[in-house]
Amino acid sequence: MKAALLGATKGMGRALARLLAARGDQLFLLGRDGAELGKSARDLELRGAAGAVGTAACDLEHPEQFAPALAAAEQALGGLELVVVTAGVFATQDRLEQDADLALTLLRVDFAHTVAFCEEARRRLMARGGGTLCVFSSVAGDRGRKPVVLYGAAKAGLSRYLEGLDHRFRAQGLRTVCVKPGFVKTSMTEGLPSPPFAGEPEAVARVVLKAIDRGTPVVYAPGIWRWVMAVIRLLPRAVMRKVGF
Amino acid sequence: MARPRGAKEPEPTLSGWGRVPSPGREVRSEDLEALTRDAVLCRGLGRSYGDSSLPPASHPVVAGTALADRLLHFDPATATLRAEAGLTLGAVNRLFLPRGFYGPITPGTQSITVGGMVAADVHGKNHHRDGCFGEHVTRLRMRVADGSIVECGPDENADLFRATLGGMGLTGHVLEAEFRLFRVPSPWIFCESERVPDIDAYIDALKAAASEWPYTMGWIDCLSRGRSMGRGLLIKGRWAEPGEAPARFPRTPRRPALPFELPGWVLNPLSVRAFNALLYRSHLRRVSRRTVDPDTFFYPLDAIAHWNRLYGPRGFTQYQCVLPEEAGRGAARRFLDLLTRKGGASMLCVIKDCGPEGRGLLSFPRRGISIALDIPVRDGTQALVDALNERVIAEGGRVYLAKDRFTRPEHYRAMEPRLDEWTAIRRKWDPQGRLRSAQSVRLLGDRP
Repeated sequence: MKAALLGATKGMGRALARLLAARGDQLFLLGRDGAELGKSARDLELRGAAGAVGTAACDLEHPEQFAPALAAAEQALGGLELVVVTAGVFATQDRLEQDADLALTLLRVDFAHTVAFCEEARRRLMARGGGTLCVFSSVAGDRGRKPVVLYGAAKAGLSRYLEGLDHRFRAQGLRTVCVKPGFVKTSMTEGLPSPPFAGEPEAVARVVLKAIDRGTPVVYAPGIWRWVMAVIRLLPRAVMRKVGF
Repeated sequence: MARPRGAKEPEPTLSGWGRVPSPGREVRSEDLEALTRDAVLCRGLGRSYGDSSLPPASHPVVAGTALADRLLHFDPATATLRAEAGLTLGAVNRLFLPRGFYGPITPGTQSITVGGMVAADVHGKNHHRDGCFGEHVTRLRMRVADGSIVECGPDENADLFRATLGGMGLTGHVLEAEFRLFRVPSPWIFCESERVPDIDAYIDALKAAASEWPYTMGWIDCLSRGRSMGRGLLIKGRWAEPGEAPARFPRTPRRPALPFELPGWVLNPLSVRAFNALLYRSHLRRVSRRTVDPDTFFYPLDAIAHWNRLYGPRGFTQYQCVLPEEAGRGAARRFLDLLTRKGGASMLCVIKDCGPEGRGLLSFPRRGISIALDIPVRDGTQALVDALNERVIAEGGRVYLAKDRFTRPEHYRAMEPRLDEWTAIRRKWDPQGRLRSAQSVRLLGDRP
């Protein structure tokens, strides 16, 4: 598979990229830090990625980079079959409430700019007759909750956008995979207390890879979060006001 | 997901593989350079048994390296791999065995990081032939105490290099390491195991095997007394030649886990005695030969995840010492004699011969016999370790810091004549004594 990945130098993106590399897929990395991208590219080559793993600068805060970055990926790969987005901004609700600039950045990056990036990827995939767009949203978008009011709002918007894409373009060959990770132990969640059912990036990556291969439109990872969120979605408002999660 | 505001967080604790907790917290990041800027200690996967990977009380945070695990460069011509410090030996073996390479050293577990292998200068079943991990390291990239990043190796900052191999992470933070892998003829191991009736015969058999077999180790029953004291199984192995190995690539064995902590009473002298007798008797023939996959041969304990829960809520310690060759063949018998008299019931007692001392200034092995035992923590554990240490000092041996939690500073000093030379180098690179661990506070008198 010819895959471009945004945000694969760390966390779940890194774990997923390694699984793709291990089965000999052709990879191209997009991200902010050139030196980091280079090191991750070498890592993936040594882990079995087909040919050289190219890189291009692409920062979700700078939408003008999206088209050239994806064009570079398409050219280096000689095509494009899969685009994965794991990049994003995270901060705790307390911090976002105190820092309006950061809150705005988060809303812009995690929703508006991610959608803009997906639109660019969609056009390119569909121009080639279709492909898979796999985007990491979050279980935080499934219900308005105290610890993730702003982050959850951005992810809710992203999940809805991906749902709409799936309805509108699946028949024309675009497969969207909306990944909703629960709490996963990565550097993004470092320092936060781990709840029950916390997952490891490798386990999440295995679930996501299967979803990519099957074109599953919505996937919870680890899988138990599907049921956890099903319960949380059913809780009455009065209860949600009382509880801390 | 987050706790309600105002809820009280429990005091966080960390522990080594022996599961004896201390206050402390680990912070992980892929970005090891940023993470180590203010760190006083790094921790890999926490597989050292005692307090080597635990922070000092006044700075209760360790920098966890496990997420910094990228392969950076591999040169097949020289079999040299450069990687970030958090890469595990297991990943190295899994990734490179299909290409005909394997880790140069095979310790008791492969769930350990490259940084941890450097810090403890680990050894394995081939120590008698190939030395410690440090003998195969060609270069290190380190963040030293003043915050700068330096490269070191046998020909550059050689003092730092030698002091870091086996230096328990106290000379600087390893960011990247370059080391050589072994080229192997097939992905299978040809192994032979032999039943040995007592400790003297065991040590003779170990010596005899050393010249023929690259990998040797064995297990003895340290509860049997008298004539059959130290009876056990000696296991020898070498890489199988293509002709004698199965044509297929070995499958990764499944790993069951010990799902919960066993109550403390499960392991008692009776059950341990029964286990040891069963293990010995189940080896029906005197000698048996077969071809096995490397995971099964080298890492039988990795087959059960969380096996350290076996020892119950109080945890355990491993006691590993080396008795020097000069002490003679009787040293092992004297040691076991003391152990059985003190009632130190060990589930597994592993004996292995060591080759010459390596270039790591504080590396554990030296020519002689290494004995490792698991000791459940009980009220008398400190007294038992003290007694064993006094025996080891009398024989001219020493203990392995990566396993230790109970040795007294005066005992350690008596075992380690190389300490002054190592301390001088450590002070040169860290004049303020910034880098330290719970273990260095306990053993070396570092500021808490």
